[in-house]
Amino acid sequence: MSGTHAHSAAFVRDAMLPQEPPPATSVGALGWLRQNLFSSWLNAILTVLSLALIGYVLAAILPWIFQSSWSAGSLAECRDQIKAAYGSEASGACWAVIRERWLQLIFGFYPSELYWRPILGFALALAGMAPVLFTGLPRKMLYLSLAAPFVVPWLLWGGTVWLPVSVALGFVLGYAAQRIVAPLAGGLLGAVVAGLLPVLWWFLLAGPFATLLHQIGPLGIEPVSSRNFGGFMLSITIGLTAIALSLPIGVLLALGRQSDLFILRAICVGFIELIRGVPLITLLFVASLLLNYFMPPGTNFDIILRVIIMVTLFASAYMAEVIRGGLAALPKGQYEAADALGLDYWKAQRLVVMPQALKISIPGIVSTFIGVFKDTTLVSIIGLLDPVGFSNSIRADVNWNGIVWELYGFIALMFFVFCFSMSRYSMYLERKLRTEHR
Amino acid sequence: MTSYPDVPRETFRLRMLIFDTRYRSLTIQVVALIAFMLLVAWIVSNTVQNLANMGKPIDFGFLTGAAQYDINQTLIEYTNRDSHLRAAFVGLLNTLLVAVLGCALATVLGVVIGVLRLSRNWLVARLMTVYVEMFRNVPVLLWIVFFMAILIETLPPPNAFRGEDATASMLLGDSVALTNRGVYVPEPLFSRSLGDLPVFGAFNISLDLIAILAVLGAGLFVSAKIRARADRVQNATGLRPTTWYLRLGVVAVPVLVMLVALGFHLGYPELKGFNFRGGVYMRNSLIALWLALSFYTAAFIAEIVRGGILAISKGQSEAAAALGLRPNRIMSLVILPQALRVIIPPLISQYLNLTKNSSLAIAVGYMDITGTLGGITMNQTGRELECVLMLMLVYLAISLAISMGMNWYNTRVRLVER
Repeated sequence: MSGTHAHSAAFVRDAMLPQEPPPATSVGALGWLRQNLFSSWLNAILTVLSLALIGYVLAAILPWIFQSSWSAGSLAECRDQIKAAYGSEASGACWAVIRERWLQLIFGFYPSELYWRPILGFALALAGMAPVLFTGLPRKMLYLSLAAPFVVPWLLWGGTVWLPVSVALGFVLGYAAQRIVAPLAGGLLGAVVAGLLPVLWWFLLAGPFATLLHQIGPLGIEPVSSRNFGGFMLSITIGLTAIALSLPIGVLLALGRQSDLFILRAICVGFIELIRGVPLITLLFVASLLLNYFMPPGTNFDIILRVIIMVTLFASAYMAEVIRGGLAALPKGQYEAADALGLDYWKAQRLVVMPQALKISIPGIVSTFIGVFKDTTLVSIIGLLDPVGFSNSIRADVNWNGIVWELYGFIALMFFVFCFSMSRYSMYLERKLRTEHR
Repeated sequence: MTSYPDVPRETFRLRMLIFDTRYRSLTIQVVALIAFMLLVAWIVSNTVQNLANMGKPIDFGFLTGAAQYDINQTLIEYTNRDSHLRAAFVGLLNTLLVAVLGCALATVLGVVIGVLRLSRNWLVARLMTVYVEMFRNVPVLLWIVFFMAILIETLPPPNAFRGEDATASMLLGDSVALTNRGVYVPEPLFSRSLGDLPVFGAFNISLDLIAILAVLGAGLFVSAKIRARADRVQNATGLRPTTWYLRLGVVAVPVLVMLVALGFHLGYPELKGFNFRGGVYMRNSLIALWLALSFYTAAFIAEIVRGGILAISKGQSEAAAALGLRPNRIMSLVILPQALRVIIPPLISQYLNLTKNSSLAIAVGYMDITGTLGGITMNQTGRELECVLMLMLVYLAISLAISMGMNWYNTRVRLVER
């Protein structure tokens, strides 16, 4: 065939041309520019507008950030220093306020000689969380995770060592009851006893027991009252507790909402919708004003504890909805397969349903976590000194009256770092747990 | 039917309540119900006991007493001699006002940002990512106080507009004034007004507004009819009659006629003394709250919109193109109807979040229902229980109304599988 062609046509190329390099406008930096920034007139205009916007914002902010004062003792002094250094027209940030107050923004009015306690506490909490978050770490560290919930509050609030011990004893009692009663009287009764015994212990005996032990062997550290808590320490305390507690409660609520038991379902639906229907701030009003009314006369428990309770309930309701979404997204065959294997309800949930449902709902769970942590700023409205509340009290100081951007910028940056790293962690987790083909 | 005489008749024994799965669920439920009722009874009896000890039993009578405080931004007539109930109602209207304004702006911003984040322009896409991450990862309360600070610190005071050598000037042909106390925009006035319609003697609604809305509604209805007729013609003949000018005319002309008949004109704000008079005055607190809530929620809406568009598989638009549809018809007939089904439910829950977040108005002093009923009224009367309960009920009612709307929409657009 090719032979005929070669003879019949005037000219047919029968040798391959050497490959030319692609045109300069479609490779390298120039090609990238053309493709990504100036592919059409509209895109070119958008690019120029974006560049103008970026330039405008940076031109306004960068000099302000860097033409700054770090060493002044008051706002007026700050302005004088900046004018002296950069000319009379210059206006810059007064980072001196951060330098002077950053310890307070982080620890509140916590006694400065005891700063090691919250630092050690949060280090312990982190060490306790690490084996849960990253499966690559040694499993022995899980003992730390078990100890952290009792040790960290004790480090933060101080007081006798016997109180966390006797609270922990409640869990031990529950576990022991489960191990002893369940073989004797069946799983359900075992679960009921294991649930009831610790509650009775905590309400009736734990307090006197701790007091008694404290009289026998007075071991303890200096107590710190909740009024001294503030800054990011307060946010993290509230946020971390609410986050840690909301997951199990949320799982239970979601299971309740999905269950066949009508009354249980009605209670769970009512609770979830009630909590989700009202803003957090009304729940914080409940915490600060009403929760003491709901308790037996004479009870007056700690404001931070009350806030933690309400924030936890709030987070649990949202968590329940996220997990319900995961449960609903699970194919029905999984439930049926678990039944077919002869697993009972709790085993099916624990071994088959929950691992998959939780995996599906990771993005939702983490964004709920982020939301809860951000929402801890609302406690400033009921008068607690979280970073936002604390920034108001710094501005009430004569020296720093009128300072705005530096404080808000610092607080916003801190929150951004926390929340952004949480969202990145959720992406890591999603990638790690993905089991379908990649 | 065969019978099995050797199968023993089952008799009910007490232990079956626990070990027989048929009865166990009933047992669990009864126990749960009893426990729940005991808990509620315990809380209620504690509360009654505590309130009795303090000498203030539950009583909603305080609502009719004079409020004795001013509200600086109101939609309806209000003086400090009005009752607490009316103050709460003013607050509720303010909540709804900022919620509606916020939802509208957040939707527009969110859709634009969500679409731009998918842009093929590298710079624009990155810029929008920065926007989304920046707003999503910083608490909304911080944004609210931040926007308030921007308004107060950067806008000129009203007296900067005064005199020959004024340092500030009004925008848009002397019609809009941005000051550090608030924004003044022109107000609609009617020289041949129809008057007001009292509703339950509580507040007045302008009849002019009702008349204009009625005419507009009728116009939209007729326009929809014309469109339906065009659809029928297209189905029958394959050719779609051009109707856009007819539909535009049906909507616009009657409204314009109505406006002229009512003598519509704008009342411009003017500087008198130390402050502006006339026009619609929106306080800084309202503007800051509105902008902060909108910008914050827009970041979430952008993600929802982006997710919705990405959720539609590429095959859909390719199939539509293969059918010979033009790009804008592909968007409106194929992509959008499917994307909306994904977008709308989370979008509405964002509206819900925005409405609930508007309760943070208290941080900048905007008098929404949290500021009136849950703020000053509660502090003045000392009726915490009643006020907080009412506050929660109001928000619950708003939330339930919005979720009912969402459920209605969900059932309407649900895919009916065959």
